[in-house]
Amino acid sequence: MAPVIEAKGLDLVFQTADGPVHALKDVNLTVGKGEFVSFIGPSGCGKTTFLRCVAALEHPTGGTLTVNGMTPDQARQARAYGYVFQAAGLYPWRTIAGNIRLPLEIMGFSKAEQAERVERVLELVELAGFGKKFPWQLSGGMQQRASIARALAFDADILLMDEPFGALDEIVRDRLNEELLKLWARTEKTIGFVTHSIPEAVYLSTKIVVMSPRPGRITDIIDSPLPKERPLDIRDSREFIEIAHRVREGLRAGHGDEV
Amino acid sequence: MNRVLPVLTVIGVIVVLWYAAAVWMNRTWVYDQAARDGATVSFAEMVPATLNQERPVLPTPHQVVTELVKSTFGMKVTSKKSLVYHGWVTLSATLLGFAIGTGAGILLAVGIIHNRAMDLSVMPWAIASQTIPILAIAPMIIVVLNSIGVQGLVPKAIISAYLSFFPVVVGMVKGLRSPDAMQLDLLKTYNATGGEVFGKLRLPSSMPYLFASLKVGIAASLVGAIVGELPTGAVAGLGARLLSGSYYGQTVQIWAALFAAALVAAALVAIVGVIEGRVLKRMGMAR
Ligand SMILES: Nc1ncnc2c1ncn2[C@@H]1O[C@H](COP(=O)(O)OP(=O)(O)OP(=O)(O)O)[C@@H](O)[C@H]1O
Ligand SMILES: [Mg+2]
Repeated sequence: MAPVIEAKGLDLVFQTADGPVHALKDVNLTVGKGEFVSFIGPSGCGKTTFLRCVAALEHPTGGTLTVNGMTPDQARQARAYGYVFQAAGLYPWRTIAGNIRLPLEIMGFSKAEQAERVERVLELVELAGFGKKFPWQLSGGMQQRASIARALAFDADILLMDEPFGALDEIVRDRLNEELLKLWARTEKTIGFVTHSIPEAVYLSTKIVVMSPRPGRITDIIDSPLPKERPLDIRDSREFIEIAHRVREGLRAGHGDEV
Repeated sequence: MNRVLPVLTVIGVIVVLWYAAAVWMNRTWVYDQAARDGATVSFAEMVPATLNQERPVLPTPHQVVTELVKSTFGMKVTSKKSLVYHGWVTLSATLLGFAIGTGAGILLAVGIIHNRAMDLSVMPWAIASQTIPILAIAPMIIVVLNSIGVQGLVPKAIISAYLSFFPVVVGMVKGLRSPDAMQLDLLKTYNATGGEVFGKLRLPSSMPYLFASLKVGIAASLVGAIVGELPTGAVAGLGARLLSGSYYGQTVQIWAALFAAALVAAALVAIVGVIEGRVLKRMGMAR
């Protein structure tokens, strides 16, 4: 099967006032359809930058990057992905349904189809019945679910998520992780997910990309042997702990280079 | 309730100080009168004689209030002595000027946001325009417009707009630029056009800034309209009342007109404030 995301020798250097910053160096990664890929690594290792390259929000200075076989810009034109930021970023002047309708209005869906899609994705993120509420009437976790619904509304088959649950507490996060897995199983989307949390990465992913900073690069790619069905208590299993250990080792190795 | 007491206290203090100042400043006339008559007046005789003079240096609060009430409610509104008549003349110029100024301010801000050349060139001119004393430019506007046959309401409204567009430009530029990088990136991922970014994100985000500017702008509009009435030969309007009052030494009339202007300004700002509260609450942006 053709890869959904394919990076070969990807390089990105930001020219800043303090000189060049090598945000990505020789990044090689292939993501297949339906995979759940987590990016983990210390701050500044280029996780966000890589995701933004895929979304054509940044442009690499070297190497090649294709999304669904196209350039990232073409892929965006073709509505290949939905992007979820760390903050929900809902418009306070729109209802939850109105916020989810935002991309649909811009993309020119008919009124009837907008309404139908809003209902469907609200159901998908377990917010059915909350469409008429305003963002401030919802908890932080519910707001983030609404922002995921917004990214799902126009049927992109890739979901890019940059620390979507980073600002939420542990308990809410566990629930949302569980729901995200269910949503992924139901929709068969390809997901790129940035996180700082080792358990989160191991619990969610079929593939874990461990990165290290200065210059930002990949130090390890781990294909998870965990089954697709993952109850929360899988986190106490031996396999889970072994993968978590390997991720930790990868992070430590990356850190070692630096000193 | 706990806000009323401090406010009343402050008003009380001001009134007391005002009476003291009125006695102090008006006493000269009392002593002069007495000296002319060859009489002497004691302090106890002097004080009452300062409180109800016809042309006091500083009118007392009750004189101003009486004049205000009399010329507001005690006259037919079509009378040239009615403050309602003069107030309306000024208010209509203020509202027209405010509308023009707000419209121009918003248009300029939109231009500044979308056009780099305008961004670099308009702001310095806008700032320069506000450093020129309005008293210097008002007569020129009146004269120039008069020479092309425009007079009455419009020249005053233009001077009023000249003062009110500036806060609107500054506020709207800031407001239209208030969405953060993340929100702009989100719309970029939808391939939104510039117009969609403006209509769906920038404009709604700018509302709190717009209203803050409008409150400053409407007060400035009133000042502009009053100043615009001064060089017209004092025919009608609160500015005309101020001017004719000072021609004829009618200090009570001047102060009454000043208070009328202040009350109108307070009412206008309050109205904008109420609309602001309603709109921002509906938009979920009330602070
Ligand atoms: N627009 C930019 N201009 C200049 N430098 C940038 C820019 N964006 C990112 N960088 C730099 O590139 C490097 C990688 O940044 P990036 O945001 O991708 O890291 P990250 O892994 O997402 O970190 P975090 O975990 O803190 O979010 C950092 O050194 C950062 O300072
Ligand atoms: Mg980041």
